[in-house]
Amino acid sequence: METLSKLMKTLDNLFLIIAHFIRGLFADPQSVWANLTMSIINFIIVVVIVVLAALILILLERKVAGWTSQRSGPNRLGPRGWFQTIADALKLMGKEDVTPAGADKFIFKVAPMMIFSLPMMTLAVIPYGNGLAPIDLDLGIFYFLAVGAISTVAFVMAGWGSNNKYSLLGAMRAVAQMISYEIPLIFSLLGVVMITQSFNLGVIVEKQATVPFILLQPLAFVIYIIAGLAECNRAPFDLVEADQEVVAGPFTEYTGLRWGLFFLGEYGNLTAMSALAATVFLGGWQGPAILPGFVWFFMKVGIIIFFSMWVRWTFPRIRIDHLMHLAWKVLLPLSILNIMLTGLGIYIYRLVMGG
Amino acid sequence: MTIEKTEELLLNMGPQHPSMHGLFRMVVNLEGETVTKLVPKVGYLHRGMEKLAESRTYSQFIPYTDRLDYLASPHNNWAYVLTVEKLMGVEIPERAEYLRVIFGELSRIASHQVCIASTALDMAGWSLWSYAFRDRERICDMYEMTAGSRLTVNNMRIGGMSNEPPAEFWPALQSFLDDTPEMLEEYYGMFFGNEIAQGRLKSVGILSKELAENLSITGPVLRASGVSFDVRKAEPYSIYDRFDFDVPVRTGCDSYDRTIIRMDEIVESIKIIKQAVRDIPEGPIMAKVPKVIKPPVGEVYHRVENPKGELGFYIVSDGTTKPARVRIRPATFINLQMLPIVCLGWKIQDVVAIFATLDAVLGEVDK
Repeated sequence: METLSKLMKTLDNLFLIIAHFIRGLFADPQSVWANLTMSIINFIIVVVIVVLAALILILLERKVAGWTSQRSGPNRLGPRGWFQTIADALKLMGKEDVTPAGADKFIFKVAPMMIFSLPMMTLAVIPYGNGLAPIDLDLGIFYFLAVGAISTVAFVMAGWGSNNKYSLLGAMRAVAQMISYEIPLIFSLLGVVMITQSFNLGVIVEKQATVPFILLQPLAFVIYIIAGLAECNRAPFDLVEADQEVVAGPFTEYTGLRWGLFFLGEYGNLTAMSALAATVFLGGWQGPAILPGFVWFFMKVGIIIFFSMWVRWTFPRIRIDHLMHLAWKVLLPLSILNIMLTGLGIYIYRLVMGG
Repeated sequence: MTIEKTEELLLNMGPQHPSMHGLFRMVVNLEGETVTKLVPKVGYLHRGMEKLAESRTYSQFIPYTDRLDYLASPHNNWAYVLTVEKLMGVEIPERAEYLRVIFGELSRIASHQVCIASTALDMAGWSLWSYAFRDRERICDMYEMTAGSRLTVNNMRIGGMSNEPPAEFWPALQSFLDDTPEMLEEYYGMFFGNEIAQGRLKSVGILSKELAENLSITGPVLRASGVSFDVRKAEPYSIYDRFDFDVPVRTGCDSYDRTIIRMDEIVESIKIIKQAVRDIPEGPIMAKVPKVIKPPVGEVYHRVENPKGELGFYIVSDGTTKPARVRIRPATFINLQMLPIVCLGWKIQDVVAIFATLDAVLGEVDK
């Protein structure tokens, strides 16, 4: 028992020990060079997380799709089709890179890079384990939401730059949808911030040692998941890339790797959204000490991602006016109500506890 | 100085568009996302069916009719051979009549399943799509057992049927009939009972009773607008007067009823097939018709209730082995008339849904 808990502790701190070791290689562990090296390593890890997440999630999505619609999904390449995504990625690399005539070339080319870079920026502030945030920002949530909001601009750039009417329609939808859903998304997180009195994601996770905030803020969690799905353009809110209506929206004109970058970005965004939900509401890396913290974290993220895939393959797409209706007339008042209730709760708690 | 102005967006939807059900094309004027004008442009898939008929013998044209409404090919065969038989005055054996009814109603079920599936798919209801196609697969299997092909069945001949269904056909049919109620419940529970789906379909694309009548809309689209008209009841052809079935009518006039009425019709088709299976006599399946079909000089029009509406064939015979003129009255081509009127003022995604509920098959629209 003693050795087991010791092993668990080592596993829990595995990455911290490695980081400490790397820093130890420098004469002065806090020198500029040591910090720079650590930053570069952190950056590479985040890139690997995004790419790996996309590789796994694309396969998972197709498997979940098969599961919900009674077919097998990819099952030819490798054991149970596990190498299918790699084959698809290779295929994408071989495709011709087409820039449509009349496209705004610079904007057209920058947009996919921008979409791809955003999840990396947001995932950099998530605490993956105890003390395992690549960048430990005091304004973690604030930064996450601010950076996440930039993806709207990227969608508009892609839609406008492509010189395609479907893309433009998709971009207009993206603006309307993402700006509307940003507000309930932000408001739903405010309750947690009020309880913890901190924007720091590490602190928020630490405060959930006894009770995850999903139990204190169930309404906020539901609002966050709905608004988060809309922010990631996931079904039933995938109006931006609705292939039955606007073909693929902003992505219509993209081919090959540029299109692949959109794909990576989309799944990266989904991971980021789920990671924030796991951090803020499900207790992040907190969990019984039978597994290391980062395993708990990724399991929680996985559950939310699975849920979003399940929803995607069973729900039809929502109507655009109903979408706006839901954001402004349902989610927004509910999130404000949640803030009021949280404030009231904190007030009563202080009265009772005399804090 | 910049000139600021707003203008309508002219959007060309189709023929290569994911939800244009084949190769339909429409030119849409958009104010934001709201449709201000819609012009359907048919003809991309035009193969000149009517002209082709003039250079084929009467029997040779039967396979071409499969390619009209290819989701319900037995019904097209049926409409054509009935017209020729009416022209020649041929009486066909009882057993062939029953088999025709069974295949016709099976094709109605298959066609409605595709309509339900593609309506769902056009609203991103992926799962229902594959569920409905899974069930339709069983009908395709039954086609395959009998005629060897799964889509273009081509098992009706002038004077009867091409061949007898094999022994394994009947148990397969029986088990399919038994599973249908559960199947329909599944469709409803999975998709049409969903709040989002109902929001997308209910009170969208209102086709009023008057408009439907004035545009000579037929089939489920007409019956969803509250008009009880079905050629099988109004002018019973073949042996439809022997069966006890209802014509489902709904009064919602909207996309929702246009889709749901197809589920009601599947129930009625099941009723008809059950009666046909019960009553089917033994006997020959082919009447005595001459080897070379030479109808007398004259002209004839005959109509049947295709899954999509009224399908009519008008044939002019000059006494030779080839028809002098064949005119096809396709159901969905005429039903499509409502599209420019009904879609006005709706959003582009509602247009896609409304178009899906018309169940247009471009083989039939463009001929």
